[in-house]
Amino acid sequence: MGKIMHSTISLTATALLAGCLFLAGGGSAEAALPKTTTADHGKFKELQRDFATGPEVTKACLSCHTEAAEQVHRTKHWTWEFINTENNQKLGKKNVLNNFCISIPQNTPFCTTCHVGYGWKDSSFDFSNQELVDCLVCHDTTGTYKKIPGTGGMAFGKDVELPPGSGRIVKGVDLGMIARDVGKTSRDTCGSCHFYGGGGDGVKHGDLDSSMAAPDTDLDVHMDALGLDFTCGTCHATSSHDVPGSRYTPTAKDTGGAHMRGKQAEGGNPATCVACHDTTPHKTGAHAERLNHHAGTVACQTCHIPEFARGGVATKMAWDWSTAGERDAQGKQIVRRDEKGKIIYESRKGDFVLGTNVKPEYRWFNGEITYTLLDDKIDPTHQPIGINRINGSASDGKSLIWPMKIMRGKQPYDADNMNLVTPHTAGDDDYGYWKNLNWAKAIESGMKDSGMPFSGKFDFVSTEMYWPITHMVAPKDKALACVECHAREGRLAGIDGIYLFAQHNNRWVDSIGWTLVVLTLLGVMGHGLIRIVTRKKS
Amino acid sequence: MTERIYIFKRFERFWHWSQAALIIFLMVTALDLHGTMTVFGFADAVVYHRTAAWTLVGLWVFAIFWHLTTGEWRQYVPTMTNVTAMIRYYLSGILKNAPHPHRQTQLQKHNPLQRLAYLFILAVVSPLIWTTGWLLMFYGSLGDWGLGWLTLEWIAVGHTIGAFLMLIFLIAHVYLITAGATPTSHLKAMITGWEETH
Repeated sequence: MGKIMHSTISLTATALLAGCLFLAGGGSAEAALPKTTTADHGKFKELQRDFATGPEVTKACLSCHTEAAEQVHRTKHWTWEFINTENNQKLGKKNVLNNFCISIPQNTPFCTTCHVGYGWKDSSFDFSNQELVDCLVCHDTTGTYKKIPGTGGMAFGKDVELPPGSGRIVKGVDLGMIARDVGKTSRDTCGSCHFYGGGGDGVKHGDLDSSMAAPDTDLDVHMDALGLDFTCGTCHATSSHDVPGSRYTPTAKDTGGAHMRGKQAEGGNPATCVACHDTTPHKTGAHAERLNHHAGTVACQTCHIPEFARGGVATKMAWDWSTAGERDAQGKQIVRRDEKGKIIYESRKGDFVLGTNVKPEYRWFNGEITYTLLDDKIDPTHQPIGINRINGSASDGKSLIWPMKIMRGKQPYDADNMNLVTPHTAGDDDYGYWKNLNWAKAIESGMKDSGMPFSGKFDFVSTEMYWPITHMVAPKDKALACVECHAREGRLAGIDGIYLFAQHNNRWVDSIGWTLVVLTLLGVMGHGLIRIVTRKKS
Repeated sequence: MTERIYIFKRFERFWHWSQAALIIFLMVTALDLHGTMTVFGFADAVVYHRTAAWTLVGLWVFAIFWHLTTGEWRQYVPTMTNVTAMIRYYLSGILKNAPHPHRQTQLQKHNPLQRLAYLFILAVVSPLIWTTGWLLMFYGSLGDWGLGWLTLEWIAVGHTIGAFLMLIFLIAHVYLITAGATPTSHLKAMITGWEETH
């Protein structure tokens, strides 16, 4: 039953995205299918009105859903803060750095376009205000909802001039209509932020981009819009608005087996492959037993996600901030594109390397991640600096070999204080790098916002950041062939602690063995030749 | 008229040729598994190699039963008598058309060098290949058997050494087929059972 509803929502939104007629496509499909929900929000009297702003809608939502905002307040979707209890690092979007747009605090009103709230522009934001929770960004089913960049993710029900007095008009959306048509989360609602991480479609993750809004079987066998049609929430099975599946403390090796009903109480991450497929997922075929044995060493994702960025949307593989700042003869900023028209250089951002259909790199991974935070000293003599460092080994009993997107970058650091810095990039002021192309000013202003000293001396360091790949699961016939790893220069070349047939042959045995084989061959051929010659003579 | 003697019985010939085919097939599939060259591709080669190995196990069950019940196992009891004569024959006699120093009988099918060679295969090479092969097939269960300390690498290296020894034996064996009373007499014997002797 749930599936029917999911398909309605996602197909509707998909149709919109594809530019089809909403009424013709979505409307008729909905008419044809019986509703599975017991509450039609379109009939709620609280929603029979227009709304000027997002918080007005939230107030209406809370009049029935009395506990919803408090639940959201407890999640990292709201706090952008996360304490890693394993190493006590204070993480979350608010605190970590990356090697894409680098950091949040000094660019808050733009970054918080993806905050699940309204109006977080600076540190004065009231995190305890229930009406500032944004219900619609996750529960919109119409695909028309919009949060406005630069406002801390505000939504408006009518046209507004932003900033006031600028003459720039931001079009409002019909918040009343959206509110009357709310439903479960969908690939589109989650995707409205998670597909666009890093400032653009597919930039950050590599395994999440707009192609996953309505994937076909080959792109994702579970989310296949015309097949199983999973939403994000099918795996990230959420309760009390707290979405499971953490990027800061991922489950690298799930030994708990498939989740039975009632077992949820024991905890465990419902989003792992094992949570449904169990630890011995291969049931048929000549290789089943062997593959199940592999699953004790290799993450499911390693074979079942042969490449990422497979949906035609490029992901950023490298970002070099050190080359930013070029101007043309007129002193204007430059944009350079590759032959396909994709941007590979911007004066305000530097050089990019883009990738589609990227073969992952592979690493032992036990789920432990340590971040290099703003107050951590770095050692530029040992580059690249790990923005995050992953732990794992063949022998710790907790690791599997995981596919990774390793984002490589070059970014500024304080050359005296020896720490990474948080440049102020976005914004229409005298400091933002994107407008002014002045590193010293941008870093000084950004570090001030972060409450950190800046020596005034800066340089660039190479950095890398690990992104475990887990989405874009291919159907089983498109999984990695054995020979991708079992070959002389296979995909797992360089991974220690394993013996791979066809790759790790003992050189001595091979050299001596083949030498003896050849000598034997030469010996019998020589002997035979002599026999033939002497026989003829006699 | 040459003298003929019935050396290899029907089961023996069946055993020999099916074993030969299986071992050669195992060697060909091993090329894939070892990454030497692509013949069937790794995935298929794994299945073929296993299937051929299990078939060979089945064949050996019959062969061992046959050897025990017929007493033919005695053919492999080593002797040093005439070993030097055989070596001398292969090194020089055979080149001068000297008579073969070993007189084949039904009770002594193999010349003394053959006995030693086959015993080496039976007592050293085969056990090496079989043991390591079994360990590889059941690698997942080694921990349960208290053999978790055996590393995959050492088992695989042992298996590879066995394979090289078997290949070297095969080359010499195939060549020595031609070293009978006539170049084809050994081959005929293994096909028909009847060996032409001097």
